[in-house]
Amino acid sequence: MSQHPTTYVPKSAFGRWFESRLPVAGLVHSSFVAFPVPRNLTYFWTFGAILAFMLVAQIVTGVFLAMYYTPNADLAFQSVEHIMRDVNYGWLIRYLHANGASMFFIAVYIHIFRNFYYGSYKAPREVLYILGVIIFILMMATAFMGYVLPWGQMSFWGATVITNLFSAIPLVGETIVSYLWGGYSVGNPTLNRFFSLHYLLPFMIAGVVALHIWALHVPGQNNPTGIPIKSGKDAVPFTPYATIKDIFAVVVFLIFFAYWVFYIPNYLGHADNYIPANPAVTPAHIVPEWYFLPFYAILRAIPDKLGGVIAMFAAIVIWVFMPWLDTSKVRSTAYRPLYKQFFWVFVGVCLVLGWLGSRPAEGWYVIASQICTVYYFAHFLIVLPVLGFVERPLPLPNSILESVMGVQKGGAGMPAGANAEPQSKG
Amino acid sequence: MAETTTHVAEPTRRDFLYIATGAAAAIGGATLVWPFVQSLAPDAATVAAGAPVEVDLAPIAEGQIVKVFWRGKLIFIRHRTPDEIKAAADVNVASLRDPQPDSARVKDGKAQWLVVYGNCTHLGCVPLGNSGEYNGWFCPCHGSVFDTSGRVRGGPAPINLPIPPYAFASDTKVIIGQEATA
Repeated sequence: MSQHPTTYVPKSAFGRWFESRLPVAGLVHSSFVAFPVPRNLTYFWTFGAILAFMLVAQIVTGVFLAMYYTPNADLAFQSVEHIMRDVNYGWLIRYLHANGASMFFIAVYIHIFRNFYYGSYKAPREVLYILGVIIFILMMATAFMGYVLPWGQMSFWGATVITNLFSAIPLVGETIVSYLWGGYSVGNPTLNRFFSLHYLLPFMIAGVVALHIWALHVPGQNNPTGIPIKSGKDAVPFTPYATIKDIFAVVVFLIFFAYWVFYIPNYLGHADNYIPANPAVTPAHIVPEWYFLPFYAILRAIPDKLGGVIAMFAAIVIWVFMPWLDTSKVRSTAYRPLYKQFFWVFVGVCLVLGWLGSRPAEGWYVIASQICTVYYFAHFLIVLPVLGFVERPLPLPNSILESVMGVQKGGAGMPAGANAEPQSKG
Repeated sequence: MAETTTHVAEPTRRDFLYIATGAAAAIGGATLVWPFVQSLAPDAATVAAGAPVEVDLAPIAEGQIVKVFWRGKLIFIRHRTPDEIKAAADVNVASLRDPQPDSARVKDGKAQWLVVYGNCTHLGCVPLGNSGEYNGWFCPCHGSVFDTSGRVRGGPAPINLPIPPYAFASDTKVIIGQEATA
């Protein structure tokens, strides 16, 4: 944001008085009004705004749910049913929150794969990207703890399985697990602390999101060509262009969200979670929420407890190294004919892993999970580094404007971009 | 130039104060973390509720598996049939992932009673009794197989179902959570 000194001039006397004491209006103006946005952004670039909206929506619905929920192992399940049956519109607030988590992950996965496709993680956006990975990890922790709170069978056994992952750590594993539980097994102390952390983590996410947006405003947004803004003609001002487009995208996304909430609110959940937690009986299939399935498949693919846990965490941590594993000088996959094919194979492998994660761990499902897991890591460790050397990329356009308007012919007739909007003087 | 000795700054009292202040802050901060971390450990009430429990074995029929809880953890008490004992004893111990003879997993002269923790050593699910390839236990979550001695025979579980501390108070009564004093 410091890169773009504000040209904001308050109109009123009070505005000038306030701005000289706290220049927040100028900050908003330079970041979200005058900020130059590449003119060729597609709707894939609206998911940042959708995610920001979903974070606020989850916090608001969550704060209200916390007013009616009781974080006690004997009362939690009943209090959730109380929300569903007695609290005015409690069913709506809970369904918004529960389905909102899934919507949040749908949006974040689109956001992440857009970043992978257009090479947004490459220099100079590495820190911006790594902050995004941190947000994703915090989101996973938050979603996992939230799913424990209703204290149904899936809550209880999901918590047991995931906390037991830490027992794979040599020597100190068992101690760490008992510190996570606050007891000798998942129980009331576990529920209490998960509730506390589930309330805390979204605000930590909000903090990292602020850094993420700050880091975005230093180099500015990437775009479908992957080449930077070179002149004012390559850009349009954030307001009204990006503002209106983001709002429109959020509205369309809300229609999609509403369909789940009002027509199939339990489709993404598990029937087992409407059975109160019972430490003596495990559900026939413990399946995590859909957004964890690819990682769950990787965990189960390795026939060794510690190895499986390491592979699962490595599957996310490896993202951090992507800016340096990808050796290609070209950002956008649109100009990388070979990588484009590998990219879609990778997307397919991730989807297959997700499906395998929902299957029982037996027979050929295990073998398929192992093949997909090997490919998943090979994509990062072999495909990304090697392709940068062997691939011949397509010629890049000279500018964003050229990619949109075509190469302007003729010499003195009309200067390139003369017919562009007058606002786009950047 | 040549005759001037290079000036090495002597540590001053101010340098000492910087280091002392920094050290006090670091040690103080680290010390303050301790009570917060310790508060996460099992608390006094949880520990107190973890006292040994007595279980009457008389009503447990041969072939039956009974589930009891100690310290919130599930425990299986299995009254094994002679066939099951024989199957558990007739195993080449060296071929096991976690080699343990059956005799080391039961009390002397009480081979019909197997007492093991009821959570799979993989990720803590409850295995189903009298099922799986060895008719011991089968974990429905990730496919671990245990034999009639509770030893892991397949799947991702790294070790056998552990034996909780327990002792026979009489022929028909065990105390779980207490080692034999003899």
